[in-house]
Amino acid sequence: MKVDVVRNILEANDAVAAELNTRLSAKGILTLNLMSSPGSGKTSLLERTLTDLKGEFNMAVIEGDCQTENDARRVAATGARAVQINTAGGCHLDSSMVRDAAEKLGVDGVDILVVENVGNLVCPAEFSVGEDYKVTILSVTEGDDKPEKYPFIFAESKVMILNKIDLLPYVNFDVDRASAFARSINKDIEIFTLSATTGQGMDAWYDWLRRERAKKKK
Amino acid sequence: MHELSIAESLIKIIGEEMAKHGLTKLHSFKIVYGQISAIVPEALETSFEMLTMNTPFAGAKMETEVKPMVVRCRQCGHEFSPSQEERVIMPCPQCGTELGHEIISGRELFIDNIEAE
Repeated sequence: MKVDVVRNILEANDAVAAELNTRLSAKGILTLNLMSSPGSGKTSLLERTLTDLKGEFNMAVIEGDCQTENDARRVAATGARAVQINTAGGCHLDSSMVRDAAEKLGVDGVDILVVENVGNLVCPAEFSVGEDYKVTILSVTEGDDKPEKYPFIFAESKVMILNKIDLLPYVNFDVDRASAFARSINKDIEIFTLSATTGQGMDAWYDWLRRERAKKKK
Repeated sequence: MHELSIAESLIKIIGEEMAKHGLTKLHSFKIVYGQISAIVPEALETSFEMLTMNTPFAGAKMETEVKPMVVRCRQCGHEFSPSQEERVIMPCPQCGTELGHEIISGRELFIDNIEAE
């Protein structure tokens, strides 16, 4: 016999994510799911952000990687609370991994919680991890056609960060083209062009964090 | 290869639905996914086969339906499906506006039905 099902395949993940987001929101925490290819500067962006906003916000980080605790160590060196999830080869984080990590980390008193996803422009986009917003970094060394090649992750993101703009003189990357692609697939996407290495453009990103955090605050 | 995680969730849902209807042998199931969702159906099928070896779900056939991307023009509200080539710059056939349309379909991922006894 034929049975009509019509159920979201990722309903279990989405349910855990929604519950986690409710719990974090009740504490006034702004939660971000930070995604990008490997090597585009997620951890460098975090290190700089955590250092620069240290006196302003209590920030905590959940680090996802296939192996090693390198990133959690780099983040912890800024003084922020950090916990590492090793997926042992898994290509993305899911909501129960992040829920358990948040428990381990302890989120009381945290203003901004950042989940640094596994470096990958495909898989993480399908899995909510309890975040308010997805933030995707694209570095200028990767090519300006990435929003076109990986539309889903940019369609799902609230923010696109174009990182490593200090390298623009050396690479063939058209900021306007990449931005147009992203806006074509996502009319509301916010775009910040910056360099986590030199600090150029970081202020607009910080202002966005301040605005969004203020909205969450009770 | 997030298809493996998706296959796990899929198997759980199919198991629940079969138990609900007192069914024991799965013949086929149908997946609907959006054109811009990050799903590779071949990878999903392989994952399903791997996870269901020597179970009552083994050998079940996977059918798929792709939902095309449909957008609503931000200027005139006209709904249209951009062609594959037009996915980046999507001129509205009615008013010509190119950017910033609202995606109303094309991101789906759900199980539509199962055939079982």
